[in-house]
Amino acid sequence: MRAAIIVFPGSNCDHDAYYVIRKVLNKDVDFIWHKEGSLTNYDFILVPGGFSYGDYLRAGAIARFSPIMEEVIRCANKGISVMGICNGFQILIESGLLPGALINNKNVKFLSQNITLKVASTNSIFTQDFKKGQNLDMPIAHRQGNFFASEDVVKKLQDDDQIAFIYDENPNGSMGDIAGIFNENRNVLGMMPHPERAAESILGSSDGLAIFESVIENM
Amino acid sequence: MRAKIYIRYKDGILDPQGTTVGHALNSMGYDAIHDVSVGKFIEMNFNDVTKEEAERLTDESCRKLLSNPNTESYKFEIVED
Repeated sequence: MRAAIIVFPGSNCDHDAYYVIRKVLNKDVDFIWHKEGSLTNYDFILVPGGFSYGDYLRAGAIARFSPIMEEVIRCANKGISVMGICNGFQILIESGLLPGALINNKNVKFLSQNITLKVASTNSIFTQDFKKGQNLDMPIAHRQGNFFASEDVVKKLQDDDQIAFIYDENPNGSMGDIAGIFNENRNVLGMMPHPERAAESILGSSDGLAIFESVIENM
Repeated sequence: MRAKIYIRYKDGILDPQGTTVGHALNSMGYDAIHDVSVGKFIEMNFNDVTKEEAERLTDESCRKLLSNPNTESYKFEIVED
């Protein structure tokens, strides 16, 4: 098992994710600079949080056109597990790997707080070790995390069991309380909350660790 | 030759920034103002191209990068200086 963490100018959760995979789970992991043109021999690709390209234009809009994203899309289409956290989720949406849009939080504020998530679907490599409805505590830190899609798209996500996580108390106005979704093939996960910041009890919660463990152990 | 591009949220998309600015204007006493929307204005210049080519390039730029078709609409004008 070898993981890749994509690094854009402005990524700032890349080292947190690296720490979880390398130090907490003792697995091989490499940083991959966004200008790289190939991604080979990786089993798990992580697009981390941060402010790629300063969130200029729209969060994730410019990172989506970095050379490495063609490779991320190719790997995702091959069935390799791809996970985008926070800005990584925004980038995966901009790249078309996940549907919808992430717009400004309904109260316009940047929200940095601990929240409780509920596992909405256990039908994926990321969530199969959880129980449906299980509570997970972890932080959010975003200004554009308000999930928006047409009603048809939201209904399809619900009908096809593509909603991974919902907020217990919706902090940002997301439709359907959506905090994280899968693609149709269930090998791409995007989520606004930060599991990499909740991977050791000393951080206040280790509920996020199981998502990484699940991907690695069920590969 | 320049393109002037206007991008705004589509109707029905929550625009908290516009709402907040609208409330501020109302609280300043401008009661006649309502439905404020905050968008983006982008200007870009072209090398030697025809107006038709500038229109095509602008439309493509708007669709591929400058706007998010899920949430935003755009319009533009080409100005010949």
